[in-house]
Amino acid sequence: MIEVRNVTKSYGDLKVVDEVCIRIPKGKITSLIGPNGAGKSTLLAVISRLIPKDGGEVYIDQIELSDWDNRELAKKISILKQTNHTDLRLTIRELVSFGRFPHCRGNLTKADWDQVDLAISYMGLADIQDKYLDQLSGGQRQRAYIAMVIAQDTEYILLDEPLNNLDMKHSVEIMKMLRRLVEDLGKTVIIVIHDINFASCYSDFIIAMNNGAVVKVGTANEIIDRSLLTDIYDLDFHIETVNNNRICIYY
Amino acid sequence: MKNIYLLVILVVLAVISVSIGAADLMNDEVNILLLSRVPRVIAVIIAGMGMSIAGVIMQQLSRNKFAAPTTATTVDAAKFGVLISLILFPASGSLVKMVTAFAAALLGTLLFMTILQSLKQKNTIFVPLIGIMLGSVIDAVTTVIAYRYDLVQNISTWMMGNFSMVIKGRYELLYLSIPLLVVAYLYAQQFTIAGMGEDFATNLALNYHLVVNTGVAIVALITALVIITVGRIPFLGLVIPNIVALYKGDNLRNTIITTALFGAVFLLVCDIFSRIMIYPYEIPIGLTVGVVGSIIFLYLVVRRRGQ
Repeated sequence: MIEVRNVTKSYGDLKVVDEVCIRIPKGKITSLIGPNGAGKSTLLAVISRLIPKDGGEVYIDQIELSDWDNRELAKKISILKQTNHTDLRLTIRELVSFGRFPHCRGNLTKADWDQVDLAISYMGLADIQDKYLDQLSGGQRQRAYIAMVIAQDTEYILLDEPLNNLDMKHSVEIMKMLRRLVEDLGKTVIIVIHDINFASCYSDFIIAMNNGAVVKVGTANEIIDRSLLTDIYDLDFHIETVNNNRICIYY
Repeated sequence: MKNIYLLVILVVLAVISVSIGAADLMNDEVNILLLSRVPRVIAVIIAGMGMSIAGVIMQQLSRNKFAAPTTATTVDAAKFGVLISLILFPASGSLVKMVTAFAAALLGTLLFMTILQSLKQKNTIFVPLIGIMLGSVIDAVTTVIAYRYDLVQNISTWMMGNFSMVIKGRYELLYLSIPLLVVAYLYAQQFTIAGMGEDFATNLALNYHLVVNTGVAIVALITALVIITVGRIPFLGLVIPNIVALYKGDNLRNTIITTALFGAVFLLVCDIFSRIMIYPYEIPIGLTVGVVGSIIFLYLVVRRRGQ
């Protein structure tokens, strides 16, 4: 379980994350939603120690971030940021093999390569694994990065806007893949996501944030609520239930 | 190209290089070989490998294809270091000059990297432009000081890439590059991961700042060693890694040996060319590398635009 206690992060006078307390259960998909500037991505980066927090504690399996050995932590939790642009010419297979770095410090054994092969085939990239990243479509590239995170083989997988720049088909593919990670492999997935209907259809829990604070935490059905969302997004929401999923119409 | 082919070509070129020259080998064979010809070939090979590896490390760490010791302030800062040692320790040997050149090169490159980190926009052309601008400022300061101490000519002699001055007893410092190349090889994977960005590296439990500083120190040290023993060799660190990357990608673990071998072959070809063009005289190696290198460089830029 990830437990966040009173975490604060400021940039200058602006409190981007303000006294946030949440618990994220294991083996589920938890989505962070909220308008731009709500502090979702910052909170995700703080939980994954990419940026230092100004106050509060983050416990990962009951151990505070600062007490974790950095290498052990990299075998426990992985984070993929939204901007994965690189000028380096790497093949998919090379990129995915980097995921094994915390385990083997760059000297991959047979077992490590097996893990790489598994991650590549899991994301359906086996046919194009020797292609360079700059030859791929946006959807393929995103899958390659997720395959790297799978090869890293961590219990917790944090993704910052994994659907960014993807069309509907690829977005659905990625979300189904994440569900399989949770259901088949028992991973815990935490995502920052903008498309509220994807959050509604594919998450177990949703954390709604606004102005650096958590507004409400609950199951998808509890959070996809007209008055709550209207309040957070300052938009007029209309909510329908289609095939047991709550779908927002706000266009 | 397979590394083994490159190695064979390197050996063949080394033999050719040893067998050509102004002096007649018949008279005093062994002495000429040991005093001048063999040291020269060794110096060319090590310098070629060193500058190519320094270039590829800079390119990965600064995340820019056009970064190299010549475009990332390193060389200009090293030149400033040579000047300082000429003023402060005029009677000192190569080792003192090397240490001051290294210290200056390290500070200059770190300054460049710091400026780079504070930049919001890391445009492909903008990054080397910053490096060249910063290098020019340092170069201007060097020239002003050198002018006041009447060292302008002296320092330009030091900087001019020239293998004809390489004889036994005057180039051995260059051997210090070999352990650096080994360290670079061991760090190859780390450099590539660091080149993917700080967040990416942190996620994989890589100490980003340690790796970047190690890389910059290797680049500064190799550059200082080459400048002190041979002089400035332009374009090599820029062109060689880019050509290798076209065919083998940017995973340094896979490309570092090819890059080193190809750099040595390229410089050896240029050196042989320099020596036979106006035989029995020589064209400075910097000129040959500059002409051949800039043609290849232009080709790369145009090709890049075409993609």
